[in-house]
Amino acid sequence: MAESRGFVGRRGAANAKLPPGQYLTADFPVLSAGPTPHVPVDSWELTIDGGTNVGRRWSWKAFRELPAEKITVDIHCVTRWSKLGTSWEGVSLDTLLTGITTDAAFALVHSYGGYTTNVPLKDLRDKQAWIAFSFDGVDLAPEHGGPARLLVPHLYFWKSAKWVRGITLVDHDEPGFWERYGYHNYGDPWREQRYSGD
Amino acid sequence: MAGTAVLRRLSWQVARVVALRDETATARTITFEVPTWPGHIAGQRVDLRATAADGYSAVREYSIASAPRADGRLELSVERLPDGEVSPYLTQDLAIGDTLELRGPIGGWFVWRESQAEPIHLVAGGSGIVPLMAMIRSRVATGAGAPFRLLYSVRSPDSVWYRDELQALSVDGLCVTVVYTRTAPSNWPRRPGRIDATLLAEASWSPTAFPTCYVCGPTSFVEHVAGLLTAMGHSPDRIRTERFGPSGGKK
Repeated sequence: MAESRGFVGRRGAANAKLPPGQYLTADFPVLSAGPTPHVPVDSWELTIDGGTNVGRRWSWKAFRELPAEKITVDIHCVTRWSKLGTSWEGVSLDTLLTGITTDAAFALVHSYGGYTTNVPLKDLRDKQAWIAFSFDGVDLAPEHGGPARLLVPHLYFWKSAKWVRGITLVDHDEPGFWERYGYHNYGDPWREQRYSGD
Repeated sequence: MAGTAVLRRLSWQVARVVALRDETATARTITFEVPTWPGHIAGQRVDLRATAADGYSAVREYSIASAPRADGRLELSVERLPDGEVSPYLTQDLAIGDTLELRGPIGGWFVWRESQAEPIHLVAGGSGIVPLMAMIRSRVATGAGAPFRLLYSVRSPDSVWYRDELQALSVDGLCVTVVYTRTAPSNWPRRPGRIDATLLAEASWSPTAFPTCYVCGPTSFVEHVAGLLTAMGHSPDRIRTERFGPSGGKK
């Protein structure tokens, strides 16, 4: 590292919950590639397809009748903010994937508005991922991905696709939207996998 | 979603400050010399790392203000945030000859390429002008024929960045409209206030011209403008956005 003359910086107390290169924020910044889609719940649906047991589909009503969980997790954005102890409510992917047998190792997540992101299927299982519909006790706002978004908090937050509408299980990994524009394919904040090649 | 990014490992490069220019009382443009800069596309960003004498370092992301250049020079424009850790240093303490490190370019979506022939509509809120300025400069540098319109929302007359350059470039296919949200110059025809549907319709291309729209600014600004553009009939897939805040920092 080259020293920058005159730079002192501000060292906060070390926080073991903060991955390398992240800083804490109390706000909830918004990052999206385009306009916020406004998806009415009466036309909303969620699908899982591509497994050998093909085709699950939930209307909003059917989705909301599934058992939901309260989730408290830390979230980490690739643009360096982190937010600790955020409160969500959602349906576990373990619940949604119940009974689906598949050899697929990857998931391609699709959103209303055209956004996509790729996640290894094992990262969606075992209490690691949810379809969240509530944040801080209220319905998830459209700019934060409402009516429902993927929540996969152990990866950088672009993997937690807003406005989620479907998950396709695939044998071969395929980069999603930001992954094609130079962001890391996996995105582990603790290994600081921000950009391709990190 | 057409287009592919060149995926390569981004490494830190030493960047030497060769020029400093104040844009406003709280914003400054820094010109760096980065001999090994790999080049960029207008609209892309860069990671900047400042390192203290004891090895402590802080990294922030900034949009690149300059068009791609062959001489290894690159400009960033930075707004000083009152509670910022890095921006007060960049806007107040940094001197010519100092060195920092840069890594990039980052991002391949919020970009304009000279091969784009369609009309371009740029909408900036405050410091959101930076990546859009890179697009305007890139258009001039490449002699591209695509017509540009810029709608630039600022608080007051003294918060306009790149004022002289924008004025000088406001010929030859670039049309600039400035909108003041708090204080307007005397005798200004429009009362201070935020962009509304009427103003946007006057200052932008009709959806039938199939422009690509780039909107950059604080989150609430981008939500508002992108919503108006969609309501006017612009296809959401022709509206590209970059938001920052509410924490204030550029992302």
